[in-house]
Amino acid sequence: MLSEVAFWGLAALAVAGGVMVFRFDSMARATFALLTSLLCVGGEVLLLGLDYLGIVIVLMMTIEMAIMAVFMIMYMMNPAGLTPMTMMHNKQGATAICAAAFVLLAAGILSTPWPARRGKPPTDATMDLGMSLMGPQMLTMMTLGMALFATIVATVVLATRRGRYDRLGDSLRAPSTDDPIRGGVGR
Amino acid sequence: MNLELFLLLATALFCIGLFGALTQQSVVMLMMGLELMLGGVIVAAAAAWHYIAPAAAEGQVLVVLAVTAMALEMAIGFAVVTALFRSREIDMTDMAAELKE
Repeated sequence: MLSEVAFWGLAALAVAGGVMVFRFDSMARATFALLTSLLCVGGEVLLLGLDYLGIVIVLMMTIEMAIMAVFMIMYMMNPAGLTPMTMMHNKQGATAICAAAFVLLAAGILSTPWPARRGKPPTDATMDLGMSLMGPQMLTMMTLGMALFATIVATVVLATRRGRYDRLGDSLRAPSTDDPIRGGVGR
Repeated sequence: MNLELFLLLATALFCIGLFGALTQQSVVMLMMGLELMLGGVIVAAAAAWHYIAPAAAEGQVLVVLAVTAMALEMAIGFAVVTALFRSREIDMTDMAAELKE
């Protein structure tokens, strides 16, 4: 009974938060609406018995949205929502596409004969996940690791203003570095 | 509570996210739409684990995969926005498309 109430409450809040993301004028508010929605997603995952993953989602989303709020205020033209404005294109077309996608997916969900539940959840689902990631799913884990590493490199390359080729020329053999401001140790 | 309800919630989140990703002009808002879509995927994967095959850990691995995808999308998205903003002082998809030509 309690879990039933929790499910409906979290689901309503998640959907409402998701809708409000694109209705708020203020970028900061939109970020916190998204945070609400994703925290509710974490709550639903907790409700399904995945304690570890639910907590990971809650913690990760909190930090991620805090960072996102900073970026929003840095880059966006209307961070506080003081001037009402919309930044949308092709609203009708997108509404039609999304409504059609929802109807199609919902029809599929309701008409599919889902298989009966097979097996029982393990007593420690976290242990099960860890053993799986370190055993039969090792390739998945390694791929994720490589993807994360590639992301670190790519973000640094994209976000850096001047790389070593700007400073030392294409062959990296310039006698002195080409810096906008001279200085530094030994120069 | 049953599988269908969880999947309907996942579909709702996915479609709201899709709407955002299709309509928003700002790159950061577009990323928010993608995050919501991945949130829907997480709910669906967790529900499939719980209601179809709780004994197998693959459902949980799928959730880990979606969470990682979320983090990567966010990091690369911000790096692209930073690069775009630095080179052209823009944060809108339409402007980025126009300047390409």
